[in-house]
Amino acid sequence: MSLPPSGGGPPASAGLGVIHDIGYRHHEGPRLGRGYIARSMFVASLLGAFGIGRSPKSKVMPMLLLAAMCLPALIIEAVVNGVHLKTQPVAYHRYPMVLQAVVAIFVAAQAPQSVSRDLRFRLTSLYFSRPLHRGDYVLAKFAAMTCALLVLLGLPLTILYGGGLLAKLPSVAETRHYLLGLAGAVLFSLVLAGVGLLIAAFTPRRGLGVAAVIAVLLVSYSAVSVVQGISVSVGRSTLAGYAGVFSPFTLVDGVQVWLLRAEPSTPAGPPGTTGGLLFLAVTAALIAGTYLLLLMRYRKVSVS
Amino acid sequence: MLVIVTEELTKRFPRVVALDDLNIEVPAGVVGLVGANGAGKSTLIKILLGLLPATTGRATVLGLDVSTAGTRIREQVGYMPEHDVLPPDVSATELIVHLARMSGLPKTAARERTADTLRHVGLYEERYRAIGGYSTGMRQRVKLAQSLVHDPTLVFLDEPTNGLDPAGRDEMLGLIRRIGTEFGITVLVTSHLLGEIERICDHVIVIDGGRLLHSSSTAAVTGTRQRLLVEVTEGTEQLAELLRRAGATASVSGRLVEVEIRAESTYDLVRDHVAELGVGLVRIEQRHHRIAEIFRPLPATTGEATDVPAT
Repeated sequence: MSLPPSGGGPPASAGLGVIHDIGYRHHEGPRLGRGYIARSMFVASLLGAFGIGRSPKSKVMPMLLLAAMCLPALIIEAVVNGVHLKTQPVAYHRYPMVLQAVVAIFVAAQAPQSVSRDLRFRLTSLYFSRPLHRGDYVLAKFAAMTCALLVLLGLPLTILYGGGLLAKLPSVAETRHYLLGLAGAVLFSLVLAGVGLLIAAFTPRRGLGVAAVIAVLLVSYSAVSVVQGISVSVGRSTLAGYAGVFSPFTLVDGVQVWLLRAEPSTPAGPPGTTGGLLFLAVTAALIAGTYLLLLMRYRKVSVS
Repeated sequence: MLVIVTEELTKRFPRVVALDDLNIEVPAGVVGLVGANGAGKSTLIKILLGLLPATTGRATVLGLDVSTAGTRIREQVGYMPEHDVLPPDVSATELIVHLARMSGLPKTAARERTADTLRHVGLYEERYRAIGGYSTGMRQRVKLAQSLVHDPTLVFLDEPTNGLDPAGRDEMLGLIRRIGTEFGITVLVTSHLLGEIERICDHVIVIDGGRLLHSSSTAAVTGTRQRLLVEVTEGTEQLAELLRRAGATASVSGRLVEVEIRAESTYDLVRDHVAELGVGLVRIEQRHHRIAEIFRPLPATTGEATDVPAT
């Protein structure tokens, strides 16, 4: 049924500077499998989160945000090295909390660009009529968003670490805190990727997705802060601690605080071991839950 | 060789029966799937791609069962959806390289085949510009290119001429014909216009209300049914009489003379006799089939035609 590869065009020596129609050529090479396809989707989505491989205009926002994340770290290290501080003025694990607005804007801008766009323009019809599995699509998008956030959070932490070593701060302690900070960044990335993608997957209109993600991340944080502030001022610090569960940022911060026995970035950290375990369990459930809901969402996407 | 076979394929949605006991056999070549909107064409394609489970019945594509081998089918099949599916913010090249990789083509092959395919569908310098600025005709070409980029054995083209102007329609039909003949790819093309399907297809399948109405080679349909409608200012009866005497099959229907086209010379015959009568010739046109005509039992000469009683 298929024709042999047609080399039936005129020979190339027929004339210089002339483009010959060499006819239709069949693909004789390999066709790669499921792993390659999922990996390609992951790489394209990760680069896409920073506007690489897309229009120059779409690079502006993510690159500005990445710069906004790194600039404070550079300034801090300039100060640390300039005036010879003995400790890091901002602890590694607190850095994401200090710059959480930038992180939230990044999630709000890039999660809808990653998934809402495919739904809105029905690109999913072209994807799912190919050998790409729906589950692999979700996995690739989730992994790509997580890694993009890890770059966004990890790069300034690495700048802090480099500056700390340069200033000859105690290297064993620095390394330990840096690695723990990175572990915290992984948790932040997983939670924020899950929440951001899930909201975006239910809001095909991009603008709506951006607003919804911002609302969930920042409004929930503000609400939690208010509740915590009031609780602490009336002496209910346990209540203040538990309130942290209700916003993605304070949730992960609580886990860090409990695991690292560190100072919370909020008025109150998770109360005791019970509180710590609860924060950890909610974090794990949130990551797993958003992932499962995404899988269910994409099982329903029809090809048209 | 049969490329697609369905056996008593039925698809019921909560409110509507999209496919009703459908039995079709699609040979290699350019095959037209004709039906009115809502006849079940798109539903059939989704089932054949392994994306929608049938309620009952069986279907195979390239010898693979749609219910169990969906992924393997989608590796070897291309699909051009009916609706607009293109993101505006990337160029045709970027989009199609990405989609080629989603079909399993290695990076270099994806690039080469994207360039080749876009050239074949007639997109040249535009291919580096963002799709958002493309005309409908160019967008249809991009959609066609993405269905061919991984060199499939079979392509499903769902209403590829939708929204095109007459010139664009002709170019698209020519391109589809080339895919079947020059590229050696079997094409299943849907349309609600039997006229355009007849022009490019080797085989025509007509479905209505999810049931098979008709399936035959195009020659069997057109060979016996091509007619010419002739309108003259006066003397309709005399013209028919003259044509009959000259050996043509002609009849009067209202103010028109209907003449069966046997060869190119039929046109000359009509022209000469109108001139001989000395009357004004208002128009000569080929009669277009409507799907409803397929309902009528065909003459016994079209041996392979399978007629199914209308529902």
